[in-house]
Amino acid sequence: MKEISELELKADAGYAKDHEWAKKEGDKVRIGISDYAQDQLGDVVFVELPEIGSKLKKGDEFGTVESTKAVSELYMPVGGEVSAFNEELADSPELVNSDPYGKGWMIEIVPDDMAELNALMSKDEYLHMLKGLKE
Amino acid sequence: MKEAIGTTGLVMNEPLLWEKSRKGRCGISFSRKDVPDASVDADLAGEGPDFPDLSEVDVVRHYTRLSQWNFGVDTGMYPLGSCTMKYNPKINEKMAALPGFAEAHPMLPPDLSQGTLRLMYELERYLSEITGMDATTVQPAAGAHGELTAMLLFHAFHRKKGEKRTKILIPDTAHGTNPASASLCGYASIPVASNEKGVLDPATVADIMDEDTVGIMVTNPNTLGLFEDNIRKVCDIVHAKGGLVYCDGANLNAVMGIVKMGEIGIDAVHLNLHKTFSTPHGGGGPGAGPVCVKKALEPFLPVPRVEKKGEKYEFVWNRAESIGKIHAFYGNFGILIRAYTYILSMGKELKTASQHAVLNANYIKEKLRDVYHLPYDRPCMHECVFTDKAQEQYRITTLDIAKRLMDYGFHPPTIYFPLVVHGAIMIEPTETEPKENIDAFIAAMRAIAKEAEENPDLLKNAPVKTKVRRLDEVTAARKPCLCG
Amino acid sequence: MRYLPHTGEDTAEMLAAVGAKDLSDLFSAIPKDCRFNGELNLPEMSEWEVSSHMNGLSRQMGAGAEYKVFVGAGSYAHHIPASVQYLAGRSEFVTAYTPYQPEISQGTLQAIFEYQSLTARLLGMEVANASMYDGASALAEALLMAIRIQKVKKKTVAVSRLIHPMYRKVVQTYFSPTEYTIAELPCLPDGTTDLSPLDGLADLAAVALQSPNFFGCIENMEEAGKKAHAQDALFLTAFTEPLAYGLYKNPGSCGADIVCGEGQSMGIPQSFGGPGLGMFASLNKYVRNMPGRLIGQTTDAEGRRGFVLTLSTREQHIRRERATSNICSNQGLCATMSGMYMASLGGTGIRQLARLNFDKAEYLKEGFRKAGVKIPFSRATFNEFTAAFPEGFQSVHRRLEKEKIIAGIPLECYYPELKNHYLFCVTEIFSKADMDHLIHTIQKEVRP
Repeated sequence: MKEISELELKADAGYAKDHEWAKKEGDKVRIGISDYAQDQLGDVVFVELPEIGSKLKKGDEFGTVESTKAVSELYMPVGGEVSAFNEELADSPELVNSDPYGKGWMIEIVPDDMAELNALMSKDEYLHMLKGLKE
Repeated sequence: MKEAIGTTGLVMNEPLLWEKSRKGRCGISFSRKDVPDASVDADLAGEGPDFPDLSEVDVVRHYTRLSQWNFGVDTGMYPLGSCTMKYNPKINEKMAALPGFAEAHPMLPPDLSQGTLRLMYELERYLSEITGMDATTVQPAAGAHGELTAMLLFHAFHRKKGEKRTKILIPDTAHGTNPASASLCGYASIPVASNEKGVLDPATVADIMDEDTVGIMVTNPNTLGLFEDNIRKVCDIVHAKGGLVYCDGANLNAVMGIVKMGEIGIDAVHLNLHKTFSTPHGGGGPGAGPVCVKKALEPFLPVPRVEKKGEKYEFVWNRAESIGKIHAFYGNFGILIRAYTYILSMGKELKTASQHAVLNANYIKEKLRDVYHLPYDRPCMHECVFTDKAQEQYRITTLDIAKRLMDYGFHPPTIYFPLVVHGAIMIEPTETEPKENIDAFIAAMRAIAKEAEENPDLLKNAPVKTKVRRLDEVTAARKPCLCG
Repeated sequence: MRYLPHTGEDTAEMLAAVGAKDLSDLFSAIPKDCRFNGELNLPEMSEWEVSSHMNGLSRQMGAGAEYKVFVGAGSYAHHIPASVQYLAGRSEFVTAYTPYQPEISQGTLQAIFEYQSLTARLLGMEVANASMYDGASALAEALLMAIRIQKVKKKTVAVSRLIHPMYRKVVQTYFSPTEYTIAELPCLPDGTTDLSPLDGLADLAAVALQSPNFFGCIENMEEAGKKAHAQDALFLTAFTEPLAYGLYKNPGSCGADIVCGEGQSMGIPQSFGGPGLGMFASLNKYVRNMPGRLIGQTTDAEGRRGFVLTLSTREQHIRRERATSNICSNQGLCATMSGMYMASLGGTGIRQLARLNFDKAEYLKEGFRKAGVKIPFSRATFNEFTAAFPEGFQSVHRRLEKEKIIAGIPLECYYPELKNHYLFCVTEIFSKADMDHLIHTIQKEVRP
């Protein structure tokens, strides 16, 4: 497993305490899981994502991500309506491991309230939280 | 240590069945066709399955080779925690194969099934005696099936009282089957944290137990191998709120003749005949999971019940409050035969079995405590739990230790369970293991601890003496190939 | 005691190492008020005493070569080859646990992978699991699975009244604490399920039929499948006698989404109803909703073929209260044994054996007809059929019992309207002479 110093965290995303990230893309928001989360899970073997059109509130479960020995629920860092999901993950779930912020993205939503993004942790705040977890 | 018992031998490769097929071969004998051909409705007729065609010798070689790739209790020590892999007596198998049992149709009239009825009747009473309960059903086919049965009994009990309770308390050390069984009854699982000693704290239970809670599912001795010493208080708290106490009896092997569950406040307990009562596990089953209950739950037990009228045994179906049936017939009867045979063979020695099981676990705990980290340093019951904390500095994990044990000729212990212990190594030697084997196991574990320090690659690459090396479980799950 | 190897010396040495003064000292962690101080009241016997006692019980059973039990109803008397019994008794299979450590469990793993594959082929499905407890609990789990699969929550399942009555009882028990309802589909005069009530059912998650059904009749599977799918319900089919698919169309080819049933007839002793084998199969797209264990093929560190337990995240030990089922132990050895049997039978053999069962059952059916016994259901059957006798057949049945012949089972206790109707089964182990004797005896009674 990675040391804190080895983790890759993006400055242009906001982070939730359950390790999802959210990033503004025009009038939409893209969501995935952090480098820390993918590293803790180990090799991702399956990702279950919601259907397009699902309306979910902040904190609602939007799917699950599985490794061979564990399964984690995914929670909405920001509420909204699902406008797209990453179809590539069905055949290549390993993208969540190799490129968690890029090709390993999970869903895209039309947010109910873009301001919810501001309530998420910044890169530094998230890093601070992770240091607390590692202790 | 001296030479390890683990070694290599001439192990054959063997293809899949259908890779050996030659059309037209057959491995079965047919009775003479002494009746005329009848006509088949062409609209309904099918093509028949695409089975491989093999001769008897093809099939015998195939499975004999496969069997040689397996490790069983008859092969060597199998200290798999929580699974009680004790010796499976051969007389049990012989009795289960008696034609009167093996060839008995389940719907035979009562006059022609007195033998099986009596066996079930007596086995129920022996199990009630061992657990100190009032009545037993032997219908559940496995431990989890017994848990579900107990939850259905609780549900029926509360329903009769006009109550609709929705939650159930489950300690964090529980088997995964407990919350899953409770879910099938629609109950929400409320986790209960164990205290720093690894057992339940009555105060924690008192805080969350209320009148909307069905009761509690405890495992005692618990999955850390510790006796729940506050069990009486916990039962009192649950009962005071109208709840019921269920005990997962997977670990009964520690306390036969020493603790009677019925006398300490438990309302229902399931037993795993394939653990405590020596029936073989068969590479995954079949098992049997009888449920023993107190009087208040007896009316709800599954039908049919076996009763004795005079000298005759009979099935009784007419029980208005019963939860119904949970198996098409009467459960895994063949497994009941084996457990019954075992109890008759052991008698009062069941207590000695428990004593030796506990002695062996404590002995291993004492002999390994200086090389492996012991998360709960207390006298244990029939199993002891270590972790990989002392080996972390060499980047060696519990998995590596387990894999290396195979090269030494032992089946690994249960690993990564219970979940509350990080990197758990759960060792259950059972009472049937001779001291020399236990000493050899201890020597192997100590040698591995030394290797972890001096040559960690030996562990990382283990096992090397097995038919196959470590397998790619990630690809197996990403691109499932479940059917050939 | 021969299973307890410690000598007095061993025990003393070990107690000293542990720091306990005697065996009871080991239990000091158990509070005094939790300890049982008496002695267990149990018999104790030597190996030969046990053996003689058990032989005595076994001899009280109406089983063995001298009994002719013309009964199926979920438990079938087929010949099991000596080779299969021998192989299934090999202790490497018998005394192993669940294959959690694949490197030393390849025997169990490959054998179950082969079982899954043969079962899928038998049922015409894409994937089969490593087994459930029995046909009845498999059906209950299949119905719950179908409800789980439905994206829009649906609460009703339609279950044919011609599914084994005991299976339906088990389904009721599993469903009793839930909010789901079971709608029962009645029976048509030809012995098949009446599908017409389906049209009026809303909120339908699944339709379940058994074929051959409890009366022995082959159901209109394709039609039922179409009707179920027209209502966005899953089509479930159950079975008690899978040998029928050696002759008749398999469920997969009739549009089944989930198939479950009892595999006892594939090489497993009847053993008074258990252990049998819950066979369970579905289409690939539903595999993540499937209960039970699955074995998958993969490769080892050196690229060699090997097998592992896989897709475990569905199961209770990982997903706990959100698991697809609570099942843990299954019927592994029975599945292994069944694989051995299916391999011995082969594609050529199963067609021949199925045909033999059919021909023999038709012979008895025809013999009954000629003897004046009514065959109430016109629909095609496999190795079981229903016969309707004149009033008073019960006493004939009892008389035959004294002759060690069980002439079917009465249907009236499950279907009150079917007075004097009996369900018969004939498999390959019955000879023409056995059947002629039965026909002759009945003929005397029916047409004196």
